[in-house]
Amino acid sequence: MDFTSLLNQMPGAIALGLIWGIMAIGVYITYRVLDLADLTVDGTMATGGAVCVMMILAGYSIPVAMIGATLAGMLAGLVTGLLHTALGIPAILAGILTQLSLYSINLKILGAANQIISARKYNLLVSLGKIKGVPFYENPIFVSFVFVAVLIAVLYWFFGTAMGSALRATGNNPSMSRAQGINTNRMKLLGLMVSNGIVALAGALLAQYDGQADVQKGRGAIVIGLAAVIIGEVVFSKLLKNFAIRLAAVAAGGVIYYIVYQTAIWMDLDPDLLKLLSAAVVALFLGVPYLERRFTKPAIKSIAKTKEEKTDA
Amino acid sequence: MLELSHVYKVFNPNTVNEKIALNDLSLTLNDGDFVTVIGGNGAGKSTMLNAIAGVWRPDAGKILIDGVDVTAMPEHKRAKFLGRVFQDPMLGTAAGMGIDENLALAARRGKFRGLGWGISKAEKVEYKEKLKTLELGLEDRMTAKVGLLSGGQRQALTLLMASLQQPKLLLLDEHTAALDPKTAAKVLALTDRIVKENKLTTLMITHNMKDAIAHGNRLIMMHEGRVILDIAGEDKKKLTVDDLLAKFSVASGSEFANDRAMLS
Repeated sequence: MDFTSLLNQMPGAIALGLIWGIMAIGVYITYRVLDLADLTVDGTMATGGAVCVMMILAGYSIPVAMIGATLAGMLAGLVTGLLHTALGIPAILAGILTQLSLYSINLKILGAANQIISARKYNLLVSLGKIKGVPFYENPIFVSFVFVAVLIAVLYWFFGTAMGSALRATGNNPSMSRAQGINTNRMKLLGLMVSNGIVALAGALLAQYDGQADVQKGRGAIVIGLAAVIIGEVVFSKLLKNFAIRLAAVAAGGVIYYIVYQTAIWMDLDPDLLKLLSAAVVALFLGVPYLERRFTKPAIKSIAKTKEEKTDA
Repeated sequence: MLELSHVYKVFNPNTVNEKIALNDLSLTLNDGDFVTVIGGNGAGKSTMLNAIAGVWRPDAGKILIDGVDVTAMPEHKRAKFLGRVFQDPMLGTAAGMGIDENLALAARRGKFRGLGWGISKAEKVEYKEKLKTLELGLEDRMTAKVGLLSGGQRQALTLLMASLQQPKLLLLDEHTAALDPKTAAKVLALTDRIVKENKLTTLMITHNMKDAIAHGNRLIMMHEGRVILDIAGEDKKKLTVDDLLAKFSVASGSEFANDRAMLS
């Protein structure tokens, strides 16, 4: 095994990891803040790429195309939210329904299963081809990093506002929130829209990076997003005091995921097995805290203290 | 202030588990009334409070708060009229948010929540002062997550939250039942103080007959979804637990066979 080949892969892994980190921040908003597992994102990831690529091909500027992609994602989140709040469908099922319908919609947007967008013809914001030999500000690592930083700053501000606080309260304790006059259904809609908008934005960046939009792109995205959330939380558990740092940890979780992923490929791991491994890793990390609680005796400090006092006396 | 007229609520209708929880319930509260509510399990006490709070719509009847018909108003909208403290200390606060943030959420009850800051500097100063009055040391832990507080501390905080935005009506659903006796007494004293200071119209459910007699200016007893006893003023002051037990057997035509109520 050639170690330099792994090192050569690393910049690409970091750029990809940052883009997926953006996606994971979207997942964090539903999964952790709203306490709701939203599977729409598998569809929205591809929708974001599809809308972005088709708008660029249709002559729109890249920023406009990316805004379009974000809005499309928000619309998908709105649909899931309405299925959940207006029709009373459990959130997980509502997400699956939207995700499935998005597959058809994405095919219609793309007009095929796949659309290429050439980095030579269009001045794409992030591109695999720019990973080397370009000024630093064009490097996809730098560009994605700026996106992550701006996104965290905006979300940090938003969740500090009265509206953002109401959204956090909704995830924390819905009945208390209603008692305090918060329209929890509207907050769920808002959270799902923000989350899916962010995921679609990540999808738009990913499609540019790959030079193509593919209807299959989002398959299993939720698992990668959850993996990034959990890796970020576990690795940086000591630092997670502040909301902005939590989000940064999630983005870093995405980067770690892709570094491990790239290393696994470098070690000649069968690529067919990668999704299985991702799912196994997420299941493991989700399950371990539960098993710990079940099988270890709690180390309660106050009990230990009274015992000490007794032995002292 | 509050008017319930001919309110009905049936749970699990047309099944073997059908339960008429509120049966033609009518009750009028005057401005400034502090009403204690007693009654056995399943008498409809909590159901009445949930009907007022709008957790669901009653099957029939009308509910007016301060002259406004709220019967069809969703829970989050009528929240502006109401302060609520629940039996379960976990229910009244957002555990994952700070003490200050919880107060700020309550301070915006009934107001539009826009993109202004969720909590201002002036508010933090104000909340610190208000927390001091609880004498629980919470003013030094303003940013601590509420999940770290004890049940009594959480109930005291919830009471403070309920009174931040002067409510038309304060609803207390056995809010001391989950606390140890000493803490319960403290929270009750605090309740009295907050009700008095803010001149709040209050409905307080309790399973403790002594408390029901000692607090408030009016006492109602519920049985099978309606009010069977309504005593106010001087008559209430003279009440004893034995009186209440006797009145219950007469009014309901049955022995008061509820040990929770008997214990007190």
